[in-house]
Amino acid sequence: MIIGSRPLKFQVMVDHDQCMLCGRCVENCSYGVYRMEDGKIRVNSRNCVACHRCLSQCPRDAIMIAERPCDYRNHPVWTDQVRENIFKQAESGKILLGGMGNTGDYPIIFDRLVLDACQVTNPSIDPLREPMELRTFIGKKPRQLELKYGPGNDVELKTKLVKNLQLETPIMIGHMSYGAISLNAQMAMAKAVSESGTFMGTGEGGLHEALYPYQNHMIVQVASGRFGVDVNYLDRGAAIEIKIGQGAKPGIGGHLPGEKVCADVSCTRMIPEGSDAISPAPHHDIYSIEDLKQLVRGLKEATEWKKPVFVKIAAVHNVAAIAAGIARSGADAVVVDGFRGGTGAAPAVFRDHVGIPIEAAIAAVDTKLRQQGIRNEVSIIASGGIRQSADLTKAICLGADAVYIGTAALVAMGCRVCGTCYRNLCTWGIATQRPDLVARLNPDEAAVNVSNLIHAWTLELAELMGAAGINSIESLRGNRDRLRGYMLDETMLDVLDVNAVGA
Amino acid sequence: MCGIIGVIDKTREMMDGSAIREALAIMDERGSGEGAGYVAYGVYPDYADLYAIHVFYDNIIEPKTKVEELLETWGMIEHDEEIPTYESGRMRKVHIPWRYFFRPNRKLMAQSHTPEDDIVTKIVMTVNTSIPGALIFSSGQNIGVFKASGWPEEVADFYRVEDYEGYLWMAHNRYPTNTSGWWGGAHPFNLLNWSVVHNGEITSYGTNRRYIESFGYSCTMYTDTEVVAYLMDLLARRHNLSPEHTVRALAPPFWEEIERMEPSEQQLNTAIRLTYGQAMMNGPFAIAVASHDLLVGFSDRIKLRPLVVGEHDQRLYISSEEAAIRTMEPSVKKISMPRAGQPIVGRVVA
Repeated sequence: MIIGSRPLKFQVMVDHDQCMLCGRCVENCSYGVYRMEDGKIRVNSRNCVACHRCLSQCPRDAIMIAERPCDYRNHPVWTDQVRENIFKQAESGKILLGGMGNTGDYPIIFDRLVLDACQVTNPSIDPLREPMELRTFIGKKPRQLELKYGPGNDVELKTKLVKNLQLETPIMIGHMSYGAISLNAQMAMAKAVSESGTFMGTGEGGLHEALYPYQNHMIVQVASGRFGVDVNYLDRGAAIEIKIGQGAKPGIGGHLPGEKVCADVSCTRMIPEGSDAISPAPHHDIYSIEDLKQLVRGLKEATEWKKPVFVKIAAVHNVAAIAAGIARSGADAVVVDGFRGGTGAAPAVFRDHVGIPIEAAIAAVDTKLRQQGIRNEVSIIASGGIRQSADLTKAICLGADAVYIGTAALVAMGCRVCGTCYRNLCTWGIATQRPDLVARLNPDEAAVNVSNLIHAWTLELAELMGAAGINSIESLRGNRDRLRGYMLDETMLDVLDVNAVGA
Repeated sequence: MCGIIGVIDKTREMMDGSAIREALAIMDERGSGEGAGYVAYGVYPDYADLYAIHVFYDNIIEPKTKVEELLETWGMIEHDEEIPTYESGRMRKVHIPWRYFFRPNRKLMAQSHTPEDDIVTKIVMTVNTSIPGALIFSSGQNIGVFKASGWPEEVADFYRVEDYEGYLWMAHNRYPTNTSGWWGGAHPFNLLNWSVVHNGEITSYGTNRRYIESFGYSCTMYTDTEVVAYLMDLLARRHNLSPEHTVRALAPPFWEEIERMEPSEQQLNTAIRLTYGQAMMNGPFAIAVASHDLLVGFSDRIKLRPLVVGEHDQRLYISSEEAAIRTMEPSVKKISMPRAGQPIVGRVVA
C-alpha cells in the first residue's frame, strides 16, 4: 500500500430526489458500481468505466457521471496518465493493456483536410435528380483490355477478368472476431451488410453456423493463429483475408483470454474450451514476401481460384513498399490499417506509439503503386479511425477504393467507447460472451442501427460528390485535387500530394 | 463557356480555313477574347510523312538551340521555318511560332512497337517540362495547330488560316478560367495525331492526371484538356481500342444501363469500366477529338454542355451551336443532338 488510492477516474452521482428506486442501474451494471442498500441506491465509483449503460436505462435521469472530479496536481510533462501508468506498473510489473484505439494526442489529419465544391464554372449535381454511382469493385483489374475487332461491329473481349467483390457503397465493416465480440453483434452487422449490399469480416474467430445465411457478404480471415480455418470456412466466404498485422498493435499477435472462450466460441475457433487463444506475432509460414505469395496462391488453389484474397497490414513507416510487394503477390486487395484502429485489447504502448496515421499511409500506398504502374493489381481498403462520412470521402480522395469501419459500427449498436472490451463485462452485449449480457443486444434491432449508419454515410458521400460535380466514385478515387490541406505543414502536404487551402 | 466546332470531309476534299473562321467568330459570345485556335489535317502535303512540330519560343536563342539539339539527337530536321504570322490590331507576336519537319530515327527506340511516335512523345514531354521558353503545341504528321490569345477572327487572321487547306478542321473559342491569356492554354491541344477541343471543366482531372502520368505522360499545360489527348493516345493507340470504345471508357454508360444490356455487351462494358475507371472523365464537358481519319464528338454522361451534330453530304459537323454549323453550311441537311455520352464518329472513307 505504498502508493495507495488514486483520484477517482469517474464519480457516479445519484440524485436521490429523482431516483424512483427501480433498480435498473443495479441490474444493468456488470462492473459492480451499484447496490441497493437501506432503501437507497449506493455507488462504488471506483468500479465505473463510464460505459453509460446505467444512464441509458435510468427512467428519471437521476444518474450523473463526472470524469476526474479530483485530478492530480497539474503538470504539463508528468500528466495524470503518465503518473497512473507508473503507479500501475510499479505495482504489477506488467505490460499495460488498453482497449479501443490510439489515445495519443496526435493531430487528426482528416480534420485538417477540406473538400471541394463546384461554383459557376461547373454545376454541382443533385443526387436526388441525377444518377450518382457509388458501386465499387474490390479486386484485381486488368492493366489494359485486349479487344479483337472482327468484321462489322463484331468485337471480342480477349482479356479475362478475375472475380471482384461488388459493393453498392464503399463502406465495409472490418474484422472483429466472434470471441472478441458476441454472436449477436456479429449477427446484427451481418444482417446490415447484407441489406446494404456490402461486406464484413469474420475476424480470426471462424464462422459460426448462425452466420451461414449471410456468408455471401462475409470475408473470412486467415490470421497467424489459423483459428477456425478449414476448407469449409474458406469456401463459405465471399473473399479471404490474410491478416498480417493490425493498426492497433503492429508487429505483435493477439490474445483472446480463456474466459471469453465459451463452448460455442471454442467450436467456432476449433480450440479447447476455456483456453487462451494466442495468435503469434508473425505467421510462422511467412518469413518473407515470397512466402506470402505462396499462401495467397495456396488459398486460391484451395478455393478453386474463385475468391479474391486480401492482405491486411498495419500502417507502418515503410507501408508503401510493403504494399507494392503485396500487389505483386497475386493478392487482390491490400487492407491498410492505420494507427487509430480499434481493438479489444492491445498493449497500450503499441496502441499509442507504433504505426502511422491512415491518411498518410493511403496516400503513400496509392502514389507508390501508381509510380510502379501496378495500381490496378490491387484495391486499397483503408481502415483505422474512419469516424464519419467526411473521413470516408477524404480517404477515397487520397486513393482508397473502400474503407473498413469497426468502432463506428459498434457505436451504432450502443458502444460508448469505454475501452474495457477485454474484461468480458461489456454491458451493451457487444464485447462479451456472458449470456445474460449478450442477450441485451437484439440482433434485429441492432442491424437496423448499423444499416442506418451505412445508409446515412452513403447519402452524405453522394451529396459531397454531387457538390464536387462528380457522379461516379471512380472519379473521386485518388482525386487529391479535390482536397486542400488546412494548417498542415509542407512536408505533410507533399506526402499527401495535396495543395494548401488557397493554392 | 467556350465554343467548339469541328468538321470532317469523309472523302478528304480540302477546305480552306475561311469558313471555320466565320463559324467560330459567330460564337464570340462563348469566349472572352483571350484564346482561340484552329487545327487542320492535311495541311503539309509536301512533308506528309514527317512530324510537323510547332513550337512557341520566348526567344530564338537559348530555348531554340536546346530544342534543336534534342531533335537532332533523336532524328533529323528535314526542314524548319518560322510559322508565318501577321501582326495587326492588338495581335502581337508574344511568342515566336516555329515549325520543324522532323524524321525520328526509329533505331533509337528499338524496343518499341511504335518507335517514331514514342520518340516524338518523349521529345514533347521533355521540351515542355524541362526547356524553359519553349513549348511544343503541335506534333503530328501532316497536321498543324494554330493558336494564340485573342478573339477567333483575330487569331485566324494572325496565322491567315485561309491560306491552309485541310480535310478535317477543328476550332475553339476560349473563355479561360485556369490560365488566362497564355498561348499554351488555348485549344486545340495536340499530341502526335490527336487533337482535342473542349468546352467544360473536368472534375475528375486529379484522378485522370495521376492515371495518365503512371503511363509516362506529363501534364504540362496547367489545364484539364490535355489529359484528353493523352488518354486518347493511351487507349486508342497504345491499347488499340476503337474510337467508340475509347469514348465508352471516357464517358461510360451508367451501371443501370449496363445491367439492361445483352450479356456479351454487359460483359464488355463492365470490363471497360473496371479497367479504365481512372480514365473516366467526370464533370461538364463537350469534346471533339480528331485524328488522321476520324473526328469524334462526345459529351459528359449527363450532358451538361451542348453538342450539336450536322450532316451534309460527305461532311460531318460537330459544334457547340447549330448557328455555327449553319454558318459553314447554310443548307445543312440534318441537324441532331446526340444523347449524353453517345459518341459521334465521322471517318474518312477514301
